[in-house]
Formats: sequence, C-alpha cells, structure tokens
Amino acid sequence: MPKKRIITSSEAINEATIIAMKKDKNVYVIGEGVNDPKEIFGTTKNLKKIFGKKRVIETPISENGMTGLCIGSAMMGLKPIQVHQRVDFALLALEQIINNCAKAFFVSNSKHTVPIVIRLIIGRGWGQGPMHSQILDSLFAQIPGLKVIMPSMPRDFKGMMLSAIKDPNPVIVLEHRWLHNIKGSVPKKFYSQNINKPNKIKNGKDLTIVANGYNLLEVLEIQKILNSEGISFDLFDLNVIQPLNTDSIISSVKKTGRIIVIDSGFKNLGIGSEIVTRISENCLENLKSKPVRIGLPFMPTPSTRFLANNYYPNKKTILCAILDILKKGKNKIKLEKKLKNNIPIDVPDLSFKGPF
Amino acid sequence: MISNNNLKSLYKDILKIRIVEEGISDRYSEQEMRCPIHLSIGQEAIAVGVCKNLNDKDQIVSNHRCHAHYIAKGGDINKMINEFYGNSDGCTGGRGGSMHLFDQNKGVLSSVPIVSSAIPLGVGAGFYFKYNKQNNVAVIFLGDAAIEEGVFYESLNYAKILSLPILFVCENNLFSCFTDIKERQPKNLIKKISKTFDIKTSFLDGNDTINIFNKTKKIISEIKKNKQPQFILLDTFRMFEHCGPNKDDYLNYRNPKLIKKWDKNCPLKKMEKLLISKKILSLKQISDIKDKYKVKIDNIFKKCRKKKFKGPNLKEIKLYA
Repeated sequence: MPKKRIITSSEAINEATIIAMKKDKNVYVIGEGVNDPKEIFGTTKNLKKIFGKKRVIETPISENGMTGLCIGSAMMGLKPIQVHQRVDFALLALEQIINNCAKAFFVSNSKHTVPIVIRLIIGRGWGQGPMHSQILDSLFAQIPGLKVIMPSMPRDFKGMMLSAIKDPNPVIVLEHRWLHNIKGSVPKKFYSQNINKPNKIKNGKDLTIVANGYNLLEVLEIQKILNSEGISFDLFDLNVIQPLNTDSIISSVKKTGRIIVIDSGFKNLGIGSEIVTRISENCLENLKSKPVRIGLPFMPTPSTRFLANNYYPNKKTILCAILDILKKGKNKIKLEKKLKNNIPIDVPDLSFKGPF
Repeated sequence: MISNNNLKSLYKDILKIRIVEEGISDRYSEQEMRCPIHLSIGQEAIAVGVCKNLNDKDQIVSNHRCHAHYIAKGGDINKMINEFYGNSDGCTGGRGGSMHLFDQNKGVLSSVPIVSSAIPLGVGAGFYFKYNKQNNVAVIFLGDAAIEEGVFYESLNYAKILSLPILFVCENNLFSCFTDIKERQPKNLIKKISKTFDIKTSFLDGNDTINIFNKTKKIISEIKKNKQPQFILLDTFRMFEHCGPNKDDYLNYRNPKLIKKWDKNCPLKKMEKLLISKKILSLKQISDIKDKYKVKIDNIFKKCRKKKFKGPNLKEIKLYA
C-alpha cells in the first residue's frame, strides 16, 4: 500500500481548482479577494501565478452584478467559480442566484445551462456574530434548479469540487471555515465524486444519524465513547443537500427504527424538518422512538462566546440526544466526563488562530 | 449615406414588429394568449436601428418589453407567437411566456422581466467575448427605471473597469408603469450617469430610425475596435399601456400634449413619409408590403391559436441538465 497523502481541506480545494483550470480553459475563478495576499484562506493560493489575471479575477464589491456576469458568461459557455468569503455577502446576490442562475435552464426550455460553482464560506467563532456566520442551507435548498453541497472531509472537498465544476448545473458549495484546516487523506490525481445523494459513512444497528459539515466531525469524535457502550449507528454525511435524496436514509431508518438529524443550520424549517417528514411519510411504522432534530435555535448568531456557548450544538448535546433516544440517559454523567473540554468554544482547536 | 435597400429593410422590420404587436392587441381579448404582454408600439425604432448593425453572434439582452428587440435581432416570430399562446412550440416551450423571449441561434441571449436583472447577463456576454478574444459586441437594452437599480451601477462600473465590448442602450420612455421619471430621479441624472463612469455617451432621438441606425453603426464599430463600452440614451414613448393590449390614456397619467407630440413622431409613420418623399417606395408599394406581411403574420397567429399543447407533462420536465 502506498503511503497516504495527508493534506488540509483548503489545500484540497486549491488542488481541485488547479486541476480543473488545467483541464478546461473555460474555467475561471472570480471573487472579492481571490487574488489578495490571504488567498481566500489559502484556497486560491498560486492561482494567479499559474493562470494569470485573465482567469483569476479580482472584482469590485458588487455581489449581484458579479453573479450576473458569471451567469451570462456561463450561458455563453464559460465555467466560473465564484467565491464569497462569507455566505452573508452572497445575500446581495440572491436576486441573480434565484432568478437567473437557478431558472435559466428551465426558462430556456433546457437550452441554456449555467455551469457555475458558487463557493460560500460559513464563518464561526471569534465573535463572527449575526452577519458573518449565517449558514442558510435550507434557504438555498428551497430553490429548484440549484444544487447545494456541503463537503465535510478533505477528500470530499476535492472530489466534490471537481464534480461541481464539471456539472452543467449551478452548484452552491457551503464551505465551513472550521473545516478548512482539517487534515485527511486526499488522492493526488483527478477524481470526481457523487454530488447527487448523501454519503453513508458508518454502519451500525441502534440508530441512524444524519449530519454534515462541522457537526459530522463532532459525531465522529464521540463515536469511540458510544462504541465503548456497545452503541453503533448508521451515519450519513449529508454532504449533498440538494438534490435531497433520502432513499438510503429511509432504508436505514426502516432497519434501526431511530433517527437523529443534526442540522448545520436552523432546526426550525431546516433540512432536518424535511428529512423527518419524509421518514414519517415513508416508514412511520418502523419507528421505535420519536425522531429527533438538533440544530441552531431560531435566532441570529450572537457574537460573544458567552452567548454563543448555547447556540451551536456540540459533542455534549449530540451525545445526550443519542443516549436519550436509546433510553440510556442514566449513563450521561459518566460519559460526558469522557469528552475533552479544554478547548474554548469559539475556536475549533487550540492551534486555530485565524484568520477567521 | 444610407442605401435605399437599408432604408427599405429598416422600414420592413419596424412594420413587422408593428403588425405582430397589433395582432396581439386585436386578439388579446379572445383570452387565448394567457400571459402578461408589454407592447413596444411606438418604441420600435431603437430596436430596429440598433439591431440592424448586429450579426447573429453579437448578443442582446432585454427586459419585460422584449418583443421589438427579439424580432429586430432576427428572433423566430413563429416561436414567439407560439409562446404567447402557451404552446410547446414556443421559444421557451411555454415555460416563460412573453417576458422571457430568447433565440440562441440569433443571439437573443435572454430577456428578464425583473428590472435591471438582465443587465449583468449582458456584461457576462461581453466578458465572454473578451475572454475568448472574439470580436463581437453585447448590447444591453434597458429602460429608464433600470438606472434606479443598484445592479445597473455595478454593471456599468465593471464593464468599464474590464474594458468590455458592450453597448448599453437606455430607452427612456419617461414613465415606469404610471410613474413619471420626474418623481423617480433628479433632473438629468440619466444623462449624466454613464459619463461619470467615463463611458462614452450619445444622446439620440429614440424615434428617428435612420439616425439611430447610422450612429450605432459607427458606435458599434468603435466598440469592436477600441474594446470599450459605450452608452446611448434615447428618448421615446410607449403608445399603449405598460402591460396589456390597450391604450390607457383615459387614466390621465400622461399629459395629452405629450401623447400627441409622440404620436406625430411615430417611427412607422415617419419612415413611410420618408420613403414616399424620397420616391423609394410608392403608396401602392407600401400598401402591398403591409398586406403581404399582414397575411403572413395573421396566418401564424391562426396556426398558433389552433395548436394543441404537446407535452412534456410537468413530471417529465427536467430540473437539472
């Protein structure tokens, strides 16, 4: 076995972009800051050096206009990768995203395709607050015509990015800032990965867990504790939010009889609400206990860590939800102690010093 | 100097548009064309004068009032009228209706009925030409209200920064629905705005087809040569209501003197007068051309009206490419 190559997710994104741009001269990168010294947290590193300013394009602060430009050029045959350093800035471009980007294929009787990738970075921690940490996954997933993906592992960041760039449809990539520095094994070569359905990454018997983004890592981190209690679960990485394909989740729940969905975004009207609805429509009779949704409370993100403490679900909330659904609540205090608690709540790990 | 053939050709295009739109107006009450319509009657000179200088690879984008632009650029009239009737043979297969006319073969890239929404798409087409070093021009048709939207400024700004081959054509018909431009913009804003972006700007009479044709011929060759955007502002007037098949002057939102002035300035009448005075066409010849077009276009309406919608059904429509 050759030694596995370990890189970070931001390096994986960078690598995918370079490969795609080498493969297809119609691919270009555009956004506020793509050429600046911080290089979008390293994800656009070296692009200008390799491909020049013609294909790596710095823009004025005009989100809606730039999105329209990307869409128009995509209708003509180019393949833009547009980058927003925060989801929140892209809200200025919702008009173009929802009216033109999502509908061009439909309204042109399938003649126009819009092969655009829109990277939206989700902020978290260090006081990002109400307008630098919105996730809004279900908002984008509400729009017919858009694909919405949220990779969690470095390998997926590369493979799914490459698939998104190749895809003839508009793809929104929700990129959690706390995942950029996560390391993992990533093949060096070109490969593509499914962006049409969720990825089942663990098999077990007691319950079904659906999570994505940073939450998925938290589930993986408490896995050992759960296994030591004899608890095993099916785990789905909902890294493809739209098209929302729930067939495999439904089959899993038919087997386990229990489901916990962890939303990256709001619990209220979140993706989990739709998944649980489909479970109740398709296999209510198989449920051994009430379905459980975990997600953000229905309020803007507070800046201070003293309030943000209760805002995001964490390993403890997830662990407790699992123990509750399995009626093992009496073990809570014992198991909670096994969770490492030495990290401040507003950083992913102690080495993370920004930029945020 | 404009050739007699060009004069005749400009006239015929205006006439074609007028007959199609009068055809819509006459038949709309039958309630078979069941989509909103925004007639261009009175504003045809701009579409025809500009588009006559474009080839099929040049791209245009338009707005809710897109009939004239579509026809002037060579868009398929049969597919257009089918679209009005909601037929599957319509240019968008019945998905868009009258406000989303496009024709890929003829360079009608897109029409978007959200004010200003098509402007950045046109900038994208200009960007494509520059990216591929293709010597074409993207023409963006916009109304006077479009300059009240933020994305107009974003587009103008970046078209200039990137030196894109784009012609902005602003048709000022003085009213946005019922609201006078005076209630919406400071005086003369519309005349100054493109200049502040250092974009070469021309002011033309929007109903003077020949002048529009001559001037845009020069402007478009400049754009193709210098790779710099330009802007034309043209005053004009819509003779019918904002949306619908009728005149709405009984509502008294526009000064009757103004209406009279623009009615006299009708681009079709002006062209006919000129052709006769220059003895390029006789009254009889004009009347024959009109009859010929009328019969042809009437037949299209009749055929389209009779057509049955031939699928696909809703479930067969693909959401993704």
